[in-house]
Amino acid sequence: MTTTTPRRGVSAGLRGTLARWAGRITTPLVPTDYIDLIDPLRSGTRLRGRIVSIHAETRDAATLVIRPGSGWRSHRPGQFLRLGVDVDGVRHWRCYSITSAPNRADGCLSITVKAVRGGVVSDHLVRHATTGTIVSLDQAAGDFTLDSPTPARILFLTAGSGITPVLGMLRSPALSGKHDIVVVHSAPSAGDVICGGELRMLARAGRIRLVEIHTRTDGRLDPTRIGELVGDITDRRTWACGPGDFLQGIEEHWAATGIADRLRTERFRPALVVLDERGRITFSATGTTVEADGNQSLLDAGESAGVLMPSGCRMGICFGCVAPLRRGAVRDLRNGALTTATDGGDGVVIQTCVSTAAGNCEIDL
Amino acid sequence: MTVMQDITPNPIAHLTDADIENLSAELDAIREEVLAGRGERDANYIRSVIDNQRRLELGSRAVLLFSLFPPAWLIGTLGLSVSKIVENMEIGHNVMHGQWDWMRDPAIHSTNWEWDNVSPSDMWKHSHNELHHTYTNVLGKDHDLGYGIMRVDEDQPWSPFLIFQPLTNLLNACFFQYGIAFYDLEVGKFLKGRIPKDDFRAKAKKVLAKIGRHATRDYLLHPLLSGPSALTTLTANVTANLVRNLWTHSVIMCGHFPEGVQTFTKTSIEGETRAQWYLRQMLGSANISGSPAMHFMTGNLSFQIEHHLFPDLPSNRYQEIAPQVQEIFERYGLTYASGSLPRQVASAWHKIIRLSLPNEFKPNEFKPNEFNLVVNSEPAGSTVPRCEPVQSRTG
Repeated sequence: MTTTTPRRGVSAGLRGTLARWAGRITTPLVPTDYIDLIDPLRSGTRLRGRIVSIHAETRDAATLVIRPGSGWRSHRPGQFLRLGVDVDGVRHWRCYSITSAPNRADGCLSITVKAVRGGVVSDHLVRHATTGTIVSLDQAAGDFTLDSPTPARILFLTAGSGITPVLGMLRSPALSGKHDIVVVHSAPSAGDVICGGELRMLARAGRIRLVEIHTRTDGRLDPTRIGELVGDITDRRTWACGPGDFLQGIEEHWAATGIADRLRTERFRPALVVLDERGRITFSATGTTVEADGNQSLLDAGESAGVLMPSGCRMGICFGCVAPLRRGAVRDLRNGALTTATDGGDGVVIQTCVSTAAGNCEIDL
Repeated sequence: MTVMQDITPNPIAHLTDADIENLSAELDAIREEVLAGRGERDANYIRSVIDNQRRLELGSRAVLLFSLFPPAWLIGTLGLSVSKIVENMEIGHNVMHGQWDWMRDPAIHSTNWEWDNVSPSDMWKHSHNELHHTYTNVLGKDHDLGYGIMRVDEDQPWSPFLIFQPLTNLLNACFFQYGIAFYDLEVGKFLKGRIPKDDFRAKAKKVLAKIGRHATRDYLLHPLLSGPSALTTLTANVTANLVRNLWTHSVIMCGHFPEGVQTFTKTSIEGETRAQWYLRQMLGSANISGSPAMHFMTGNLSFQIEHHLFPDLPSNRYQEIAPQVQEIFERYGLTYASGSLPRQVASAWHKIIRLSLPNEFKPNEFKPNEFNLVVNSEPAGSTVPRCEPVQSRTG
């Protein structure tokens, strides 16, 4: 992925010529392959970042300060970034809200990660990541952002790590003015509130009104009670972020009140892959779907449905049949090992000749 | 070696079908153990090999800018030769086998990798990964047996042209990367009319373009960059490519050509099970013994047996599992073919020289067919698997 915009005119032509000749000198590699040895964060190469510090926030959450490569184009408060990190040698990609304000003086950004039970990446980032590690990054994305101009009266409804995009907004200059901000945050206990100290300080300083719901003692937040907690909800723009059932209750209540248009939500969707003995295989490039049982290889299933499948040895040794798994789960017919992919797959490539559907799955062929 | 080979009876006659299945299960268990432990250590290994190879290449080419000075020529040429060997063998060959695909790093992936060798990676992957590794040592199917230009097995037919095969082999060794490229182009198959003209043309164009790019790099641009050292940089680059060719050719020749390695008939692999495939790989490959540095410089192809059993396991793991594999060979009464590099190279050359003559010219005095055990004649359902080796016919 290139992150630079080429300059126009003579210099662009010159740079193009130079790059072509440099490529002829380094073929079959490209000059970048060598320069990355020295400077992996410069512009013009694949976007990466270096973890410069890690701070514990709660017993299961930590903030990672990352210095992004020169190609980083900043972000709007509330956006997330996709981060690729190697866990035990395997690259995994996940999305995390950016919790720092845009254009920090030190050029860094921060994400705050809560370790999810059984979460390979979040657990690694919170408990095992070390400073100095190079991670892969994508540019910031997402439209869970503040409107422009910023409304005067704002309500943030968050639960758990749903506070993270809101932290990014609260820390941004856009909200440093005289805004009337209410934050209703739900967490198991006071100690589980991510950046609880900072939120309470903001409340003491009068910047926000903070309502903490500690579900272990208070029970779950009842959406119909938000009005009582906050005052009027109809005259506020609301941003809500948290688990699906938390958001669903809010969406229903806002719709019932007739103010659905004043609500913005962002779901932190756990990557759900449903496992099964059989499943529907979708070959997305050709638009073919096949119902397959758990014994037939993806290669056989695809071929019998008329998909032009690349193939080779048909016994798992030549890697001539590999194809990207976009989402879903497949099982290795040789040893039963499961491979899963979500959200486009992020580089998960499978051998179709020795894999079978382990639930619905999508192959990019 | 020759004598041993000819008097060895069917090397798997003592194994029952159940034995072969058990053996296969034991090999699967070794594979599973490596898969379960595969992780950060392995990822760090390949990344550091790649980084250091690139540093070595950069450094060597930088030194060669001053190759007019003999010490610079020597150091630069040595460094570039080593760099090219490592790039081709421990990195290129193994990455293109998919040994590192599990890391999900698009920069180190079989589907993206291109190597410093004139054979384009996609063509090489087809002829090597798919044909050679699937049909290992099957006469008429695995063209790595003599690359279609030499006779390396008694059961391959002799023709007068083969009298020159020692010379052919020497030339192939010197120009090995071009040999591989033309081999991967399947010129022979094209001449027999088994490849459509347009397909062949497109592939040939790709090969020629890559040859052009690599020649431009090594024989034009880098010499030009060296200014007054242009001519010496040119000789350095020619030397480095030659050293790489000779070395890779020697190592690869040791994988399947030494005496004692078994070959198989086309019919013997019909309906072959995975267990029988394993057995064929065990009988059809030979290792090179030596120091860790030697193993590294062969891209761990010195563990040819382990590589052929598990072509997709990370190369750094082969030497770790080799003792277990060898123990299985011994327990099942099979010969773990292994020898030092000089011995295996000599053995392979000996075979090539010997087989340049028809079988009848063999110097050793054996009575015809005395040891020609026709194991294929066992009735179906017998204890002999279907992948029996073809015995060498003796003179």
